[in-house]
Amino acid sequence: MSNLPNRIESLSPDTFIRGLWRENPVFVMLLGMCPVLAVTNTTINAIAMGLATTFVLVCSSILISLLRDWIPKQVRIASFIVIIATFVTIVDYGIQAISLELYAALGAFIQLIVANCVILGRAEAFASKQRLHTTLVDSLGMGAGFTLALLSLGTVREILGSGTLLGIPLFGDNFQPWVVMILPPGGFFVLGAWLLLFNWIRLRKEQQSIERSGVAANAN
Amino acid sequence: MSVDVETHSQPQREPSTPLPVTPSWAMLRTLAGIATLSGLLVVMVYQFTQPIIAENERVLTERAVFEVLPGASSNVIFILDEHGISQVGEGRSGVRIFAGYRPDGSLRGIAFPAAARGYQDVIQFLFGYDPACACIIGSKVLRSTETPGLGDKIDNDPRFLANFDALDARLDPDGRALLNPITLVAQGTKTDPWQIDGISGSTISAQAMARALNEAAQRFLPIIQREQATLTQPTP
Repeated sequence: MSNLPNRIESLSPDTFIRGLWRENPVFVMLLGMCPVLAVTNTTINAIAMGLATTFVLVCSSILISLLRDWIPKQVRIASFIVIIATFVTIVDYGIQAISLELYAALGAFIQLIVANCVILGRAEAFASKQRLHTTLVDSLGMGAGFTLALLSLGTVREILGSGTLLGIPLFGDNFQPWVVMILPPGGFFVLGAWLLLFNWIRLRKEQQSIERSGVAANAN
Repeated sequence: MSVDVETHSQPQREPSTPLPVTPSWAMLRTLAGIATLSGLLVVMVYQFTQPIIAENERVLTERAVFEVLPGASSNVIFILDEHGISQVGEGRSGVRIFAGYRPDGSLRGIAFPAAARGYQDVIQFLFGYDPACACIIGSKVLRSTETPGLGDKIDNDPRFLANFDALDARLDPDGRALLNPITLVAQGTKTDPWQIDGISGSTISAQAMARALNEAAQRFLPIIQREQATLTQPTP
């Protein structure tokens, strides 16, 4: 985690937005790469995994924030893991109840949300130290950022690899799907391309900000 | 020989305030409390979702049965073992097969499961068998982790699926095995009605499908043919 808060943080728009952009779990912190690469071969899988992870992240963060004064430091990691595993089990049953086909498509990666370092990292760095409402907004922002990142990969991979979006064909019969894009190497290619674009935009914004502050200083 | 004691001595630590000691019972209380709360939540969600999941499984299986037995409008589950075919609930354990019936109650066919190892993992299938023509009339992949875009062609390529419109599965005169084993041949080289015309780009998955079908047909079809009377009973 880049910014470990050591004091109580006040709620602000940045509490939500930083998960989407400045501290995006995938594009900035490079956390949770296992589902990012494995289940983004279709848009629907990416959305489902993003929402499932967000559910676990939000629920576990809320419970950890509520119990933070009762959890001794020595057993905090064990407690966090049990809490996270509980919500993963709940989401596992929930997806089976919603659609068995979706459950089969996501495979073991639903259970592996337990090992997603975004969730444990947020629990340790934020939820265990902050108040409930701040934690709720922070976890929603992180979940939205994670879902957005998965969606970014899923749409590109499905369009290029299958010629469809959400299962709807986009091109004519002559379109030859770029099958490698829905295979594991395609995940690395698309992730690399997104990281390149994301970092280029960030650097450009930083550079513009420096130039603006330089101009303002010269004017004074 | 003198030793410079100063150079080897540990640096003096500054006195620090001791960390507060957490009593063991507090840790035990926390872990027990969280474990109890977790167990309670999981059991509640399990109790709530289990009937829904069971219904989803039933619908999914029924949809697959109707897909491999076109024309069927209802189905009954039977248990098949080495002794024959029995109704569910008679206390016998074996393979679950599905008898599909037309709207007039006549037997359309029997759906039976099969499995074989593919490229990634074991692929599970459901095949439809019509005793009237002694042929396979449908196939469906129930569970597969084959490569998307390649291995999954065995379940969605219309040319390949046409193999299972009326694949010959006649029994030998003794009724103990298939007259001609079902085999996979290279794409475009099919000459006999019991051969499956292969599919390029999905060779291993198609081989697994042919192997699974042949093994299951050799095992189940003699029993199904012998016990047809059990299956043609009108649906309750």
